[in-house]
Amino acid sequence: MDKETAKKYLFDMIKIRQFEEACGRMYMQGKIKGFLHLYIGEEAIAVGSISELSKDDYIITHYRDHGHALARGMDPNKAMAELYGKVDGTSRGKGGSMHLFDSDLNFMGGHAIVGGHLPIAVGIALGIKKQKRKGLVMCYFGDGAVNEGEFHESMNLAALWDLPIIFYLENNQYGMGTHVKRSSANPEMLYKFADLYGMPSTKIDGMDVITVRDSAREAIEKIRKGGGPLLIEAMTYRFRGHSMADPSEYRENEEVQQWQKEKDPIELFKDYCYTNNILTEQETNQINGEVKTLIKECLEFAENSPLPDMSVAEDKIYNTNN
Amino acid sequence: MAEMNLRQALSKGLREALDNNDNVFLMGEDIGLYGGPYAVTKDLYKDYGPEKIIDTPIAESGFVGAAIGSSMTGMKPIVEIMTINFSLLAIDQIVNHAAKMHYMSDGQLSVPMIIRTVTGAGGRLAATHSQSFEGWYASVPGLKVVAPSNPNDALGLLRSSLNDNNPIIFVEHSMLYGVTGEVPEPYYETPIGLPKVIQEGTDLTIIAWSGMIPVAQDVELKLKEENISCELIDIRTLNPIDFELIFESVKKTNKVVILDEYWETGSFGAYISSVIQENCFDYLDAPISVVNSMNIPMPYSAELEDQVVPNTKRVLEKIKNKIGL
Repeated sequence: MDKETAKKYLFDMIKIRQFEEACGRMYMQGKIKGFLHLYIGEEAIAVGSISELSKDDYIITHYRDHGHALARGMDPNKAMAELYGKVDGTSRGKGGSMHLFDSDLNFMGGHAIVGGHLPIAVGIALGIKKQKRKGLVMCYFGDGAVNEGEFHESMNLAALWDLPIIFYLENNQYGMGTHVKRSSANPEMLYKFADLYGMPSTKIDGMDVITVRDSAREAIEKIRKGGGPLLIEAMTYRFRGHSMADPSEYRENEEVQQWQKEKDPIELFKDYCYTNNILTEQETNQINGEVKTLIKECLEFAENSPLPDMSVAEDKIYNTNN
Repeated sequence: MAEMNLRQALSKGLREALDNNDNVFLMGEDIGLYGGPYAVTKDLYKDYGPEKIIDTPIAESGFVGAAIGSSMTGMKPIVEIMTINFSLLAIDQIVNHAAKMHYMSDGQLSVPMIIRTVTGAGGRLAATHSQSFEGWYASVPGLKVVAPSNPNDALGLLRSSLNDNNPIIFVEHSMLYGVTGEVPEPYYETPIGLPKVIQEGTDLTIIAWSGMIPVAQDVELKLKEENISCELIDIRTLNPIDFELIFESVKKTNKVVILDEYWETGSFGAYISSVIQENCFDYLDAPISVVNSMNIPMPYSAELEDQVVPNTKRVLEKIKNKIGL
């Protein structure tokens, strides 16, 4: 890996980490309301896979969406303002944490009904195919969604219609507080569902950004060459609770600490960069500092953004351009 | 003017849409090779091919969601859900996704799609196949709901729906496909949201839509024999709905009966009633009466079904007993 790419990867992962940490703090201070699901621990997936996409490609994801949004290049100021419920937010404060959108980036939303965005992802891929456009759909979902009927309906439709879509299963091992072993009859083999639909699939270490990048690259190339849908299952772990309201009584602290100690994707990547003489500690520290400034700015931006008035609430219920 | 039935009017509208807009495609269960469960899409597969007329698996949530997604990329899907009863399998897609996408993205994304589906009782199909859920969908901000009762409105509303960039629930009643009427040759559209007075009168306003229109017409004829003059309004669209025309009629007749094929509890007809009483209270000479299906899951037997849905006899009884005409 070259120096510039390494810097970019590290910058993006640290940007997500610090953004999420800031969100957690601001939630505790009452600046951010509602449900807040942090992506801390899972940064390698968003950064490693989204870095391989082109601007024609679409992203659609679940409610733990900040990481994907930032990795895609969403303006952190606008994202934070949205979380603050302010008028400069991506949806002027009408979507919130779970519903970030940026159509200019083909970022088609965070969606908050588990499994609900999978059929929509299939439809976006159908739209691409029907209009003979370039591009594919990267659809992120969690291990919880695999047990929804919509997962299976979507897999079948995508395979039946041979659509350009990557089903990206972020297996963080917990659907809210329920471990995958308590929710799935065959928890080690979730990626094998793809076999039933004649779809290639792979299971990878989602904590290693290079592994994530390589598997995404391979999958994307297959689709660009005219291949059909694929499934990637990336094993990962969220270091924080399901949401900020999580009582954390369903898993042992030791388990969390072990993952943090041994598999933190940022620390793993730093080690890789040091071992292979790609980056120095001074350089990673500098990145850390740059991100810190960026996050400080985005908090200030959100703080200073005006609150929306009721005209915003009453706007865009319907599309009035016919 | 050409005489045609409602099924033919819809077919004409669908063909027009396919001919005039490359982004239009149809999707649904058995709409293609089979010819459509209610034959609305008959011969379209033969004439337009499998790319435009897509036979889907029986996966309502999957294909409705796929239609939503494709519309977000600029396509104009017309989805058929075989009956409104099956739309419950896709209600998450319709209510949580189609209705919310434009709003939650603050206008960045739109869902310009039509969901055609079949409502109502009358087919001797028992409790799971005889329901009228259009009022549910009408209650959801972000959706529009149209429910034509005749060929002219069916074609006009289909054209308006095609030119509308919102998710539209296009409700067809299974008992009305054979209803015939005049359809003008020159292009026209029927505006979404505008009720229509289909019979002028002075003594009683009857409000109805979709499958209740023939019942309303029958009631109107029966009362005419007793020299009671009814004004008959077909609301045609449940959401949006322009109440001004309804208010004008109420201010003239001072008496209202509303026919709604849904159950009594939580009925859309009751909502119309509440809006009228709030706005026309001083003009009312009698309570507003709403005639619904009885609060009973639909029984199969024809003998029973005909009594559970609002019928002429029950409507006349209510007009006499509650309104006092």
